[in-house]
Amino acid sequence: METQTQAKSQEKPAGAIRMTGAEAVVRSLLNEGTEILFGYPGGAIMPVYDALYSFQKELHHVLARHEQGAVHAAQGYARVTGRVGVAIVTSGPGATNAVTGIADAMMDSTPLVVISGQVGSALLGSDAFQETDVVGVTQPITKWNFQVKKAEDIPYAIARAFYIARSGRPGPVLIDITKDAQFASFDYHYEPVRFIRSYRPTPKVEPEQIKAAARLINFARKPLALVGQGVILGNAEQELLDFLKKSGVPAAWTLLGLSAMPSDHPQNVGMLGMHGNYGPNIKTNEADLIIAIGMRFDDRVTGDLKNYATNAKVVHLEIDEAEINKNVHADVPVLGDVKQTLPLLTETISQGDHSAWMEEFRACDRIEHERIIREELAPSKKGMTMGEVIHKASKAFNDDAIMVTDVGQHQMMASRYFRFKQTRSVVTSGGLGTMGFGLPAAMGAKLGAPQRQVCLFVGDGGFQMTIQELGTIFQSKIPVKIVLLNNNFLGMVRQWQELFFDSRYASTELINPDFQTVAKGYHIETVKVTEREELDQAIAKMVAHEGAYLLEVVVEKEGNVFPMVPAGASVSDIRLE
Amino acid sequence: MQQEFTLSIFSENHVGLLNQITTVFTRRNLNIESLVTSESAIAGIHKFTIVVFSSREEIEKVARQIEKRIDVIKAFVLTEDEIIHQEIALYKVPTRTLLNGNEIEKLVRQYGARILEITEEYTVIEKTGHHKETQELFDKMDQYGVVQFTRSGRIAVTKAKAELLDNYLRKAELDKQELN
Ligand SMILES: Cc1ncc(C[n+]2csc(CCOP(=O)(O)OP(=O)(O)O)c2C)c(N)n1
Ligand SMILES: [Mg+2]
Repeated sequence: METQTQAKSQEKPAGAIRMTGAEAVVRSLLNEGTEILFGYPGGAIMPVYDALYSFQKELHHVLARHEQGAVHAAQGYARVTGRVGVAIVTSGPGATNAVTGIADAMMDSTPLVVISGQVGSALLGSDAFQETDVVGVTQPITKWNFQVKKAEDIPYAIARAFYIARSGRPGPVLIDITKDAQFASFDYHYEPVRFIRSYRPTPKVEPEQIKAAARLINFARKPLALVGQGVILGNAEQELLDFLKKSGVPAAWTLLGLSAMPSDHPQNVGMLGMHGNYGPNIKTNEADLIIAIGMRFDDRVTGDLKNYATNAKVVHLEIDEAEINKNVHADVPVLGDVKQTLPLLTETISQGDHSAWMEEFRACDRIEHERIIREELAPSKKGMTMGEVIHKASKAFNDDAIMVTDVGQHQMMASRYFRFKQTRSVVTSGGLGTMGFGLPAAMGAKLGAPQRQVCLFVGDGGFQMTIQELGTIFQSKIPVKIVLLNNNFLGMVRQWQELFFDSRYASTELINPDFQTVAKGYHIETVKVTEREELDQAIAKMVAHEGAYLLEVVVEKEGNVFPMVPAGASVSDIRLE
Repeated sequence: MQQEFTLSIFSENHVGLLNQITTVFTRRNLNIESLVTSESAIAGIHKFTIVVFSSREEIEKVARQIEKRIDVIKAFVLTEDEIIHQEIALYKVPTRTLLNGNEIEKLVRQYGARILEITEEYTVIEKTGHHKETQELFDKMDQYGVVQFTRSGRIAVTKAKAELLDNYLRKAELDKQELN
């Protein structure tokens, strides 16, 4: 890029305006259609903050309370809007605080542009104050990163960043800008990037692959579709429904594929993986064909690979060639954007009917309902369960809110029991499983979809990892609904201790602060529910409330999430208790 | 089955690419046997030649993960029969060992090595060839006392008629035209 940008900076295109690098950062963001960014100021990024001050009408900056929060908020925004989330941080500790969010976005294919300030270029490599090799640190957790040392390179670097972040399989990009590059003046001219010769974001569709996949689908007697986030990222929800309709294939979803199809779709057979539903897990090894659609066979989905999909051929629709055969061998890979490949596949297959096979899933549902779901949603015991709270909240939101979660038992419960009518309604940390993700991600989600209700489910552990973002919610008036499922435990770890470590609860019990007082300190409306009789009314009040709201529900201390495929076990060994 | 592979990786010539490529091996705990970076026949395009022991299955995954880096253009996985390759080795021996009989001179002739420099104190001998050949010469010469020895990484060209990359670049050019 050095050579290309140098060439660019020599010509002075018509319409170029003289400005500082800092202003060029802001103008470049505006040129990419950015409306909102999340960040935290500091020495090395101050020139950009100064420029932002002049653009407050055009570009809304949300001041987080911690850089991790800023990045998670940008992720929440990106996930619900499908647009590129933008975060801005200072050098050194500002940038290292952003690392967890960047790694999370990398794992979950979230399009982000993170801009970090850097010490002056003359100081690079000298252990200057707040100097960190951020490009080095973030190299393995970004789709691309780059250090800008000259103002002239800013527009091209940012244009490239946006193109890379959103094209193909999306991901986070970091642009590190030295302070002198922010101060220097140059002739600004912006040109979006639409092509990079070393980068093939979307592989060309091979008609042979479509034909081969269609052949397998037409002959399959027990096919199972696995729906991943690729469907949502590719805006291919309608194409998925068309495919399901014609093929008649039952469809299960991964955690990140949740909400790609409506909860009540007749072919929706539920969640895959460790705490997924009984049917799709147990039937994976009975299926004779797996049709993976924009998913990557994560180990939390597959369990023991040697005993996964043992009777099935595999068709894998995927945009990222590196995912083909990475974990599960694809008998027929179908490379390309599912937005293109799904309709071609639908056109090529013949009308299918798998109602008898479908019925087997429904039988599994009845078993799971008997053994687990009924008691979870309408408990006979005294203590409240997470499931009943989530189930009631979902209904109160008319099954149509955006659900954000943190990480732990409540995350799995929320994914199992919250219901959805529209796509892009789930924001959760899948691949990285980042506690502390929920609260800031919910802020970003609400700012990205202000017309929708955003309901966060968070545990008492994870809440305290980014609890300071209540300050952002208060200052920026972000009306998110927070349901704190308080079990006074790091519940998910406690569950593993109970099941696999002889109930030795090493450092998982929490002595918590009074969350009510904390919320009040931030002037956030709050209520605590300890009795089942109060629950319905409290939820109704939260739903109706205009501003931000914290509903703390004290749930049973030692509830467990079932079913469960123990780590390293086969999906066939799914446990119901 | 573990076997030797030669990866030919073509990339843009940017800072930090070496690190991006080697971390793919590190993450999988794969040891790099040899690594050479150089320019390629195409102006502005850089070439990495990496030798590694792995299985076909794993090395293909590695190649795809390397290709995934934005500035990497293409990664080719090659086996012994698809390439012509060489390494270069330098041997420094005390000159007096040359004077005691003609054993070293015989070896130089026999192995097609050549003498680069002779001073009163030392003589530097160069041999290019496969790893096995340069190693054999080392083992033989060491009886007479090799004081310094160094060997480069492998460089390789393919037996295929055209540069493998040409096809790719032509296609890329077409894609670009389609866009505009
Ligand atoms: C940053 C981080 N640290 C540690 C973990 C490991 N971990 C996963 S779930 C969990 C417990 C979460 O407790 P809580 O937030 O109270 O949720 P609960 O499981 O009780 O619903 C922990 C510690 C993690 N996922 N992320
Ligand atoms: Mg908890």
